[in-house]
Amino acid sequence: MEVAVWRGSGDRGAYQTFSVPAHDNQTVLDVVSWIQQAVDPSLTYRYACRVGMCGSCAMMVNGQPRWTCRTHVKRVLADGRLQIGPLRNLPVIKDLVADMDPFFDKWVKAGGVHKPSRTREEPIQEVSPDDPGRVVANTAIECINCSVCYAACDTVAGNPDYLGPAALQRAWTLYNDVKVQDRQSVLDAVTGTGGCMNCHSQGSCTRFCPNELDPLSAIAGLKRAAARSFLKGRG
Amino acid sequence: MLDLRYYMAQRLSAMVMGPLVLGHLAVMIYAIQGGLSSAEILSRTQGSIAWFLFYGAFVVAVSIHAAIGLRVIVHEVTGLAGRWLEVFTWGTGAALLFMGARAVLAVTMP
Repeated sequence: MEVAVWRGSGDRGAYQTFSVPAHDNQTVLDVVSWIQQAVDPSLTYRYACRVGMCGSCAMMVNGQPRWTCRTHVKRVLADGRLQIGPLRNLPVIKDLVADMDPFFDKWVKAGGVHKPSRTREEPIQEVSPDDPGRVVANTAIECINCSVCYAACDTVAGNPDYLGPAALQRAWTLYNDVKVQDRQSVLDAVTGTGGCMNCHSQGSCTRFCPNELDPLSAIAGLKRAAARSFLKGRG
Repeated sequence: MLDLRYYMAQRLSAMVMGPLVLGHLAVMIYAIQGGLSSAEILSRTQGSIAWFLFYGAFVVAVSIHAAIGLRVIVHEVTGLAGRWLEVFTWGTGAALLFMGARAVLAVTMP
């Protein structure tokens, strides 16, 4: 099969085409690894676990963001061709490696760090699995920070300050976490100029999330909470 | 680019516009059933405080709603930001308010 791979660093680069032997069971990451091992050892890409847990290997495949280690070539091959590029909406370091700093900086900016409401001297707070807030929080905890949603988001593409789906979904998790007491501070962090209100509800995040999470609904939840907070005079 | 105040202003102005648009359409459809001339329409609207408030509220809501909506589009398409984005937003709102107010006054002032 013909595989076009993005080569270059920073803003400069072009697609380079390789002929890669096709196999019955072959992931997109297998294809990239074959090129690097058999044809061009200078090809730069990022991966770690190879089983869909670490979130390192996301790339654009035929124009769509995917976790390459769990994407079978057969599912995405178009006319016997593959086009593989670095993740959208992030600066490129080299070849297929995107600079993840903006993604994680926004994660921190959205208040993604857990701020415990008890000290280590106090007894551990019991959390019932059936607590409604816990049930909502549980829906998003399988996020692997792969940035596929961030690359899929057209709002991020047009509005670089926008925090993006993953960071906002994390904030929604904290907002519903019964161990978090200062919920207003969670809302304050996500209602600034790049906050949840900028989302256009296009839903690419939910459509492309490889773990089938639903950032779109999480952001909608944040918008509702922010509106309630505003109407109570806390905005 | 869109903070909570802009967001709420756009949502609340939409809530105002919704019923006013439906009211406008309903009255239009009702009023033209038997045929109605411009002079007959103006004779009903001129001097009417109710129609002044009805269309005045609509113009205010449109000015707020459209200015913020265009703010988002202009920022995302052209990258305009900072002070000039504020000038664009408030300028658009003021222009729509001026034009709408002229139209409302023209049909409701006696």
